[in-house]
Amino acid sequence: MSHLALPPFPHPAKLRTTPQHEHMERHRKLHGRRMDAEERERKKEARSVHKKAQFAQKVTGIRAKLYNEKRFKEKAAMRKTIAEHNERGNKHANDDAVADGAVPAYLLDREGVSRAKVLSNTVKQKRKEKAGKWDVPIPKVKPVADDEMFKVLKTGTKRNKAWKRMVTKVTFVGDNYTRKAPKYERFIRPTGLRFKKAHITHPELKATFHLDIIGVKKNPSSTLYTNLGVITKGTVIEVNVSDLGLVTTSGKVVWGKFAQVTNNPELDGCINGVLLV
Amino acid sequence: MSGVTWGGSLAGVTNPDVKLGYNAPRNGPDGKPIPTPDSSLPSSVMVQLVSSTGSTTFPPIDVPINSTTTQLEALVHNLLNPDSDDDSDDDDDEVEKKKKKKKRKVESTPYAFYLSPHINPSGTTSTPEDKELTTSLLDAIKSFNSLATSTSSPPIVSTEKTLTVTFQPLAVYKVRPVTRCTDTMPGHTEAVLHVQYSPSGRHLASGGGDTTVRFWDTNTALPKFTCTGHRNHVLTVSWSPCGTHFASGDKSGTLIIWDPSTGASKFTYKAHSKWITGISWEPMHRNEGKGERIATSSKDGLVKVFNVRLQRVLFTLSGHTDSVEAIRWGGEGLIYTASRDRTIKVWGAEDIEGTKAGKLVRTLTGHGHRVNTLALSCDYTCRTGPFDHNGLNDGSADAMFARAKSKYTEIISQAPERLVSGSDDFTLFFWHPTTSKQPVKRLTGHQQAVNCISFSPSGRHFASASFDKKVKIWDGRNGNFLHTLTGHVGAVYCVAWSSDGRYVVSASKDSTVKLWEVGETKAKETLPGHADEVYALDWSPNGRSVASGSKDRTIKIWKH
Repeated sequence: MSHLALPPFPHPAKLRTTPQHEHMERHRKLHGRRMDAEERERKKEARSVHKKAQFAQKVTGIRAKLYNEKRFKEKAAMRKTIAEHNERGNKHANDDAVADGAVPAYLLDREGVSRAKVLSNTVKQKRKEKAGKWDVPIPKVKPVADDEMFKVLKTGTKRNKAWKRMVTKVTFVGDNYTRKAPKYERFIRPTGLRFKKAHITHPELKATFHLDIIGVKKNPSSTLYTNLGVITKGTVIEVNVSDLGLVTTSGKVVWGKFAQVTNNPELDGCINGVLLV
Repeated sequence: MSGVTWGGSLAGVTNPDVKLGYNAPRNGPDGKPIPTPDSSLPSSVMVQLVSSTGSTTFPPIDVPINSTTTQLEALVHNLLNPDSDDDSDDDDDEVEKKKKKKKRKVESTPYAFYLSPHINPSGTTSTPEDKELTTSLLDAIKSFNSLATSTSSPPIVSTEKTLTVTFQPLAVYKVRPVTRCTDTMPGHTEAVLHVQYSPSGRHLASGGGDTTVRFWDTNTALPKFTCTGHRNHVLTVSWSPCGTHFASGDKSGTLIIWDPSTGASKFTYKAHSKWITGISWEPMHRNEGKGERIATSSKDGLVKVFNVRLQRVLFTLSGHTDSVEAIRWGGEGLIYTASRDRTIKVWGAEDIEGTKAGKLVRTLTGHGHRVNTLALSCDYTCRTGPFDHNGLNDGSADAMFARAKSKYTEIISQAPERLVSGSDDFTLFFWHPTTSKQPVKRLTGHQQAVNCISFSPSGRHFASASFDKKVKIWDGRNGNFLHTLTGHVGAVYCVAWSSDGRYVVSASKDSTVKLWEVGETKAKETLPGHADEVYALDWSPNGRSVASGSKDRTIKIWKH
């Protein structure tokens, strides 16, 4: 019954992986190392990446999954270490740069107060006006033909006259407009398609305001449409911005500013636009 | 009741040479005839004139009820200088000349009059019911009576009673209102964040977002020195009361002391871990006139006091739990700090009886939101130190100290030190911080955060600027509301007083500077010219010019 006194025999696999006693060190102490030991170690180390790569390409299934997971972690740790080593040598471009937009101490830390620049640049606007062109958000629009814009109305007792036109698009008609006598009224602007207000977005404030229309500055399709006050997509209108509190350099409150229509008002039932700043 | 009769007709009265005879048609200062008193009021009242310092008290005098302020002024001149009727003698000896000079000074001094409903012989303390006489005695009495009927207290006028009228001397000199831009000084490459004139008014310094401090020559409007040294936006600058030192604080918390005569930095110190919100110098009349201590407040919640000569921190005041937004070094040896933690703290700056330097004296609570700004009634006196309104002082250190001290005692003798704080809760609080931790008054009326408060040089009024586009003028003696100044179309950032206390200028987000006359609600002058928001504003202590700094990177000089 001697087996009771002995410890159980270890599993062969365990025997292989865990050396019993420090026999390697002992051997080294007794006999020294091989002459080329360092060289072999270096080479083995150098080859190990290739070996690992080979293995990584070959491995499949659950082993591949586990291996890749392990490798990913190793690589992350490696990247971190490299970054740490580089820390001192890294170039820090913006360490000394002074932030833009200096504000006095009493305005620091005031969120909610919009710091957007809302000053008008009247000079620019005037110059553009002179040239008759605007640098507008919608530079090109499809021209609207006369037969799309106007509906021919038959007049006369026999309904054989066809000189009257009805505008089929949205129009802006000023407050003090008085209709002419029917005999002289060539163009009819239906009241159902008249608009007085527009939703205008300030591109820098990123806010939309419901503003009164002052007039139609330019309809890109034709000067006739401009004169009639027809508002189609791309039309430049003047809106009343006195509520926005914009100020000129001379300290006066700006009240009229141009905006461009960005939607098809006759289809949408409202006028949307962007302020030209 | 005994007293000199100062009757309506003036016939046979001993003082016949009052320049504005009472028999002349009675016109107000605006030329319109003054309404005659109605039947419910007596035609004359007993008035006791008391000087605001309490030093002079005249016996009660019977005066016509519709006396105007100019007439009262003439009366005071006469009472202060009883021998003014011997104009005829032409003795040319020195004593007589001096006397005449003094007399002329007495006669040219304008006065402000306050009517008090209570008998108040000392005159030094103003009650909240005090009313300033703007046109005539009658108007003030009427306004009191209308108040009295609503609160059912007895009317203040009767033949049995004596009214107390306090008179306070106003500035003898007059500052001309600024009307035009004389110079535009480019130089800063980023927004100008703070400008300040030296106490003499002869130098101007500015701090900007381009991290430089710049000194300017006010005579030629040319740059003098460009000082680099800061590594971040220069948020706040401050001249020492003697004008020999200059301090600037930046957004990274660095404090630099400069020599304004050479533009060289004397002392750089990383004072705070966050930006410096305010700098305040020790007033010249304290600490034997050395004026070498400076206090800084910061976003990091600390206040530090430095000695500039020794170049070291004397003490750190920690107690605020949030950013300290404003700091004032008072004339009574106390430091006042306002913080975002909704409190104002009063600290001892010197070892005087009861307080030790660096110890918390009291905490003033009342505000419901962050406290943005502070103003002291003696701010202007402490700022200008030994300099008079011409920007002159007497050379030696002892003389400067004596001059600063006499200026301060003159101001403080009229009324004790008062503190006003403005907050994001849209209110102002009026304190007597040297004696009490209870507010004297809560001042409401603003509809948005109050950003800046400024006391007039004499402490008679203070102005508050708010983001609600309004400037409000309040009575500096008791905190009563006086006027609202409307006209700006953007948030008002700064207000500054002229050195005679008759005009206010305000800087606004709407890129304009506006000039207001005290007593009127519409702007006297709109000064456009800046292309962007005006961040900083200062009126030169010698009254000659106003400087404004803007986001458009220029400083503009405005003159008459």
